[in-house]
Amino acid sequence: MKVRAQIGMVLNLDKCIGCHTCSVTCKNVWTSRDGVEYAWFNNVESKPGTGYPTDWENQARWNGGWERTKSGKLQPKQGSKWRILANIFANPDLPEIDDYYEPFDFDYDHLKSAPEMEAFPTARPRSKITGERIEKIEKGPNWEEILGGEFSKRGEDYNFEGVQKQIYGEYENTFMMYLPRLCEHCLNPACAASCPSGAIYKREEDGIVLIDQEKCRGWRMCVSGCPYKKVYYNWSTGKSEKCTLCYPRIESGNPTVCSETCVGRIRYLGVMLYDADKIADAANAEATTDLYDAQLGVFLDPNDPEVIAAAARDGVPQDWIKAAQESPVWKMAMEWKVAFPLHPEYRTLPMVWYIPPLSPIQNAAEAGAIGTDGAMPDVQNLRIPVKYLANMLTAGDEAPVVTALERMLGMRAYMRSKTIEGVTDEGLAQRVGLSGRMIEDMYKIMALADYEDRFVIPTTHREQVEDAYDLRGGCGFTDTNGCSGGTSKASLFGGAKKALKMPSEVM
Amino acid sequence: MHNFFFGIFPYIALGVGIMGSIARYDRDPFTWKTSSSQMLRRKQLVMGSILFHVGVLVIFFGHLIGLLTPIWIFDAMGISHGAKQLLAVVAGGIAGVMALVGGGMLFHRRWTDPRIRQTSSFWDIAILGMLLAQLVLGICTIFVSLGHLDGHEMVKFMSWAQGIFTFDGAAASYIADVSWVFKLHLFLGLTIILVFPFTRLVHMLSVPVRYIWRPGYQVVRSRRQKPANPAE
Repeated sequence: MKVRAQIGMVLNLDKCIGCHTCSVTCKNVWTSRDGVEYAWFNNVESKPGTGYPTDWENQARWNGGWERTKSGKLQPKQGSKWRILANIFANPDLPEIDDYYEPFDFDYDHLKSAPEMEAFPTARPRSKITGERIEKIEKGPNWEEILGGEFSKRGEDYNFEGVQKQIYGEYENTFMMYLPRLCEHCLNPACAASCPSGAIYKREEDGIVLIDQEKCRGWRMCVSGCPYKKVYYNWSTGKSEKCTLCYPRIESGNPTVCSETCVGRIRYLGVMLYDADKIADAANAEATTDLYDAQLGVFLDPNDPEVIAAAARDGVPQDWIKAAQESPVWKMAMEWKVAFPLHPEYRTLPMVWYIPPLSPIQNAAEAGAIGTDGAMPDVQNLRIPVKYLANMLTAGDEAPVVTALERMLGMRAYMRSKTIEGVTDEGLAQRVGLSGRMIEDMYKIMALADYEDRFVIPTTHREQVEDAYDLRGGCGFTDTNGCSGGTSKASLFGGAKKALKMPSEVM
Repeated sequence: MHNFFFGIFPYIALGVGIMGSIARYDRDPFTWKTSSSQMLRRKQLVMGSILFHVGVLVIFFGHLIGLLTPIWIFDAMGISHGAKQLLAVVAGGIAGVMALVGGGMLFHRRWTDPRIRQTSSFWDIAILGMLLAQLVLGICTIFVSLGHLDGHEMVKFMSWAQGIFTFDGAAASYIADVSWVFKLHLFLGLTIILVFPFTRLVHMLSVPVRYIWRPGYQVVRSRRQKPANPAE
């Protein structure tokens, strides 16, 4: 057992209102620069739809993620190491910027500088790459907003696999949901595995996956390797960039910008302990439908004394163990089993999980007639087909999704009965495999969602690993080399580099 | 003048090339990159880039081995100068045409596609132009070489190149009487070495061969280091 800690995230899709505040605040902080105008480390998609970049979920087209070969070996879907290197001159699986969208701005200045004209002046679009006029914008970061566009196009959605989708194109049967997406900070990241330079790494302390900007050479294999298409090539700097999980905030115990600003309070951040020795086997489970269970098997119970002892032995700080015990992610993913990984079939063991959304009863006219299970409607009658959610969250296995939806309906029924009728219906709780106490806990965390219940983030213990005295007066975060003295150990221009000493050592 | 261009300039070019590369790698690793433009426009890149890179690599290693291997090794292996000349002409010719076609496609794309043109730096275009000119000159030398297939001209260049690397003061004199096409080819080649550290060409020094024997696929970094003063 090799105990590691990871900051995981859960998004409660049941409460997402699709306001895009997460995307906008993220963009303002991280990608409001040349070369990444088209990149959204966080974006919100209307589903069903083909998403951003178009058709990203279709790995038959993009070859992202991992595959289990016939001989039972796990390798990136774009090929073994030799194959990846062979494609280094031209990557056959790389999306073009038009698969995202050509970034644009508008001639706002024309609105005030235009001469007197017959027609009212307008601000026409202009490409942010070439600076040339765009006559017609064909695509944007959220082109299918609220089911925009015809169903024949949106219906290409990969999650319709095995669903009779025609009827969902009809007005009466249409359904929609929002899917906010960001880097999954996978336990088995395919981007890192595809990087020939070894520039992408996972941090041992908190599991955040980052790209070393000084080591990245722009071989662009990570862009195609990531099945979520959450690594972006900065065409200006020639380097790849991705969501950093706002690590400077996380390190100081603050939630990420997208989580902090989420007005629906749908985002949760918490510590998960996992066994790093189990990752290889879990990602290589034979059937894709086993991957969800296999990933659950990688997580370690933070209340188990054996795990606590092993965690301490492996250097997980005490407050991190305590945070893991109070982790909302642990509760939702492991205790209540209402949260699921996004597309576990990519075999990346993602660490941003989703609570599936409830939806209105399928047919209002039949609402009185349909089967209700006691106080609860039957989840098969929800407007969003369970199979659709299962394709997204459990590689098509409906049973876990049904259980989760029933538990959420159960929570509503239980709390309604308790607050309105003053009756605590323990039987109802048991019918969905929970207890009244668990449901009240669920209600507190998922429905009320107080700030301190959503974000249980221990600070990073830099003091144990770094000589902070050396860092005083440092450069902070910079592009390029800032005030760095170079990468080599020796000084390029004579003399040895001086390491600063602690005052105690000097005296 | 001849002595400057082929006796002194090589050292300037190599000096700037080597020192410049080291300085750039150490001082500004952020700028060390391939500058791929595939994401902005895939068209013409796939075919062009593969032809260009494969061709150039064959030519590069052909020149490296052909020029710098001591002549007595070829003699000991029983390879006649004529045979070596013929091999150089045939292999170099094929690779040269490949690289020229591929490079031409890349240059056309870079020059005419508004996205690529707008995002190109001066050196992105200049270095590609220089390489293309060098390829044309290189292919032109084949026609000169066809006039003396016994390989005695080629031996002059080997002596010169090896003379440069062994600090032979008379190196330049070995190629005093060769065709101007060769001289131009040599001069441009040396100039490319001179400007090498200031262009995207540096990415060739970062060929990620280590990927092959990197243990496993994943990379994990830890901040944990050994304590500076263990157990005082």
